Amino acid sequence: MATVTYPLDEGRKAGTFSLPSLLHEWVITVDHKKLGLMYVITALLFFVVAGVLAAVMRAQLVVPNNTLIDPATFNRLFTVHGTTMVFFVGMPFFAALANYLVPLMLGARDMAFPRLNAMGFWLTLFGGILLYSSYLTGEGLAGHGTAPDVGWFAYSPLNERAFSRGTSTDYWVLSIMLSGLGSTITAINVIATVLSLRVKGMAMSRMPLMVWMLFVVSCQILIAMPPLTAAQIMLLLDRFLGAHFFDTQAGGDAVLWQHFFWMFGHPEVYILMLPGFGAASEIIPVFSRKPMFGRMAMIGATCTIGFISFGVWAHHMFTVGMSSKANIFFAISTLIIAIPTGIKMFNWLGTMWGGKIRMDTPMLFCIGFLFQFLIAGLTGVMLAIAPFDWQLGDSYFVVAHFHYVLFGGLLFTLFGAIYYWFPKATGRMLDETLGKWHFWLLVIGFHLTFDPQHFAGLLGMPRRIYTYAPGRGWELWNLISSVGVVIQGAAILFFVWNVFHSLAKGRKSGPDPWDAWTLEWSTSSPPPEYNFATLPEVRSSRPLWDLKHPEDPDWKYE
Amino acid sequence: MTEALAITNIREENLMDRGKVGVICLIATEATIFMIFVIAYVFYIGKSLTGPFPNEVLTLPIWATVCLLSSSLTVEMAVRGLRANVRSRFLLWMGLTILLGAEFLRQTAIEWNKLINRDHLTIATNLFGTTYYSLVGLHASHVVIGLTLLSLVFLLSLSGAKLHAHERRVELLSWYWHFVDAVWVVVFTVVYWLGR
Repeated sequence: MATVTYPLDEGRKAGTFSLPSLLHEWVITVDHKKLGLMYVITALLFFVVAGVLAAVMRAQLVVPNNTLIDPATFNRLFTVHGTTMVFFVGMPFFAALANYLVPLMLGARDMAFPRLNAMGFWLTLFGGILLYSSYLTGEGLAGHGTAPDVGWFAYSPLNERAFSRGTSTDYWVLSIMLSGLGSTITAINVIATVLSLRVKGMAMSRMPLMVWMLFVVSCQILIAMPPLTAAQIMLLLDRFLGAHFFDTQAGGDAVLWQHFFWMFGHPEVYILMLPGFGAASEIIPVFSRKPMFGRMAMIGATCTIGFISFGVWAHHMFTVGMSSKANIFFAISTLIIAIPTGIKMFNWLGTMWGGKIRMDTPMLFCIGFLFQFLIAGLTGVMLAIAPFDWQLGDSYFVVAHFHYVLFGGLLFTLFGAIYYWFPKATGRMLDETLGKWHFWLLVIGFHLTFDPQHFAGLLGMPRRIYTYAPGRGWELWNLISSVGVVIQGAAILFFVWNVFHSLAKGRKSGPDPWDAWTLEWSTSSPPPEYNFATLPEVRSSRPLWDLKHPEDPDWKYE
Repeated sequence: MTEALAITNIREENLMDRGKVGVICLIATEATIFMIFVIAYVFYIGKSLTGPFPNEVLTLPIWATVCLLSSSLTVEMAVRGLRANVRSRFLLWMGLTILLGAEFLRQTAIEWNKLINRDHLTIATNLFGTTYYSLVGLHASHVVIGLTLLSLVFLLSLSGAKLHAHERRVELLSWYWHFVDAVWVVVFTVVYWLGR
């Protein structure tokens, strides 16, 4: 199919290939596939680093009155861990999926603005490096080499000059601002690609669900990032020019920061989560050998989530003491957003129902996601009830809840996505045996770590404490929780081993190893620079099914 | 593969221009940033603990407003001149737009000079100063960006570049300029009318 030869390929064949030229090629690239892969690598590297930070925290908490690290170090650990996971793991994963998949799934040559796209990547990467450089050059109360220690949402007035001396908080602000700019650039690119570069026949209604979800996420980013950026500008004005936005002594309002932060922060949860939903919506039908059950309901639910996500932010602030009217409003809106999310659960289950389910690793991760995300959603509904939240706000129950969402939910789908699209990106399959070790160890490790945290929280253990006294019934739960981390670490080692092993010796995948239906599987693996030499005609949401089954095409029914 | 198509830019028909989509998205996200600063401004109206207060020091910037709003008309005339491929018309209207924008900035500078040196209102004085300088300053910085881009286009045309081929891009730039003007209407309403 793809017989066009490009000068670059010729150079490789002629043996002029060298490490500097390879590096040069990747640094100057504007190709959406290369940028997508660089985003994945960035996200995985930061994931490992942030995971190590979390492991140190769990080591500190394994027994009461532990003295492995001091309180100030602990504060830096949870701040940098949370900031990294949200802004330098979750967001790059969104950008990775968007960059790699959107043009391929829509039959386009590249994103709408390739150079802007490259700029977005480098902003994100250097934002992350800036955050970590604070460990070397940041200034804080503890002196030189102080990382931010204000928590990932950096509540006011703690983030003000009076309470956060030095520059460590500024590292937090500026690194996130840079990466936020990068995310906005990616979002604009996705929207323009979806609206302007679809191949002939690819009506919006026929777009793969992954593209739909990334599109909704991008629209959310356009509206959700500015409140954070604006609040951070205000904070910088406070810190450097003596302004009083969040300065209570001059009549300013510290709670305003919380409002602005969560106006960003709650849509952000869905921004992180929807790409995972998209991956599940691509993987589950292919491995159940059925088209998506309730496709239009799925699209509708996604748009509904995108919309309602802007009206729930203050459920993060029940304990701050808002008026009861505000409490009721945000409790109800939060309960309502559970409905479209529930619709999605039934879409996925309905797709699996009666299907010929293939238990390959991508599907295993998606099934794990369904179970874990259900529990995450249920604890979310519990926390949406304001009086319940008064009891358990800022406890380990909350920690367990959002790790269920972002680890048990998001990360499992992302690993599923990696197993599913790895063959497309590299031309080789990931090893199934190692993949199953990875999956099962991660399931066991995940549940050992985060299930007990629910109980510790119910027993009153607050989050962000660096140690605790014995005799409150927390010891066992913390011990189990820390043991789980070791098993998770083993699971990740299996994954890393699998990636390197399969890159070198993995089975050749061919263009379409899963017998899938979306356009990216119609080109070679890995795809050539120009993506497609030829494209099948798009007449339904499953163009490759139509191509493979001319006797029973989808377009007859859609 | 009988149903396969050769991939020579075959796109769905009637798709939007990507540049337009990009600029609309940029304007949407910028508008949200302004919205947050406006919310902060409105939230802090009348909450300053010490003076000077808005009604003591602010005067209606009528002339600056006239300049900026009329520059929206002149930039539209410039785009039309470009579309008709009449270079002199384009240069005339674009030059006028830049002059009007620059005059707006000069008026802002005069106002800030008065506020800082005569009324002793700085960003650190009170909540009014904090919110006033940040909101008006955010807008002024957008005027500066817009003026820089407009001047770039003007100078390119002056140096003989054939801008007619890039008419679409100049039009998108004019959208950004219209947006900056529209934001001023909001800033004017909130700062000089409601907040006073």
